[in-house]
Amino acid sequence: MSSNPRREPLPPAESVVSISSSADIVTARQRGRALAAALGFSGSDLTVIATAISELARNIIEYATTGEIVLSQEDSEGRPGIVIVARDEGPGIPDLSRALSAGYSTGPGLGLGLPGVRRLMDDFVITSDAGRGTTVSVRKWLP
Amino acid sequence: MRVPILKQSQYVIASIQSALSDEELLQLRDDLARDVGRYRSRGVIIDVTVLDVMDSFAVRTLRAIAHMIRLRGAETVIVGIQPEVAFAMVQLGLTLEDITTALDLEEGLAFLDRQATAGARAVGMRAAGTRAPGARHVQ
Repeated sequence: MSSNPRREPLPPAESVVSISSSADIVTARQRGRALAAALGFSGSDLTVIATAISELARNIIEYATTGEIVLSQEDSEGRPGIVIVARDEGPGIPDLSRALSAGYSTGPGLGLGLPGVRRLMDDFVITSDAGRGTTVSVRKWLP
Repeated sequence: MRVPILKQSQYVIASIQSALSDEELLQLRDDLARDVGRYRSRGVIIDVTVLDVMDSFAVRTLRAIAHMIRLRGAETVIVGIQPEVAFAMVQLGLTLEDITTALDLEEGLAFLDRQATAGARAVGMRAAGTRAPGARHVQ
């Protein structure tokens, strides 16, 4: 349509990792770590982001069997951040507030998945419809 | 990739070389439970220095390995948890509970040596008909 003016930020690069096996969990967190490093995150933030992706991908495998993790960047008032969206079309979570309380789990996990991810990241939004799937969006801003 | 397991005197050492999938971690569990018997080992060291993520599955599996190894009559020490990994584990609420950890391989081996010495001393005292106060019962 028109040429991209030099100052306009490039559209966020998006990376989609489909999740259907435990090897995909490793792929997703490595790719997320690489994106976070490219955005300027370092040290423990990289580990925290990779760990959150790992837990989100693990939830997909455990409860929905398949799904995807979408990694992208976002700017808030000039401050870059990483956005991670975990999406599945699994059974959904009937009781969200219970799923978000530590220690509660219907699966074989430690019941730390979602509340743990919420503690690791800056923003956490979850939507879930019984029978239609779950989407978890989390963000971390560059300190 | 399968985690290489080395036998060193009365211990076995598993040094993880790269990020592990769940299947590879479960393979390590089975290999260690077998090798402790095969080598009649008194101690197991799992070196996790290269792991940049320890999520809930990794922690749960390491705990399971340590408990299995204890049931097989040996002690496990996890060595090399990186500071960033420790930070993320605490944030996530993950703990290794009663599993022994050490800074690195050297400290892990030193811990197992102390355990072996303490065990031998307790056995020696019992054989001599004495019993140190608070000595561990060693069979």
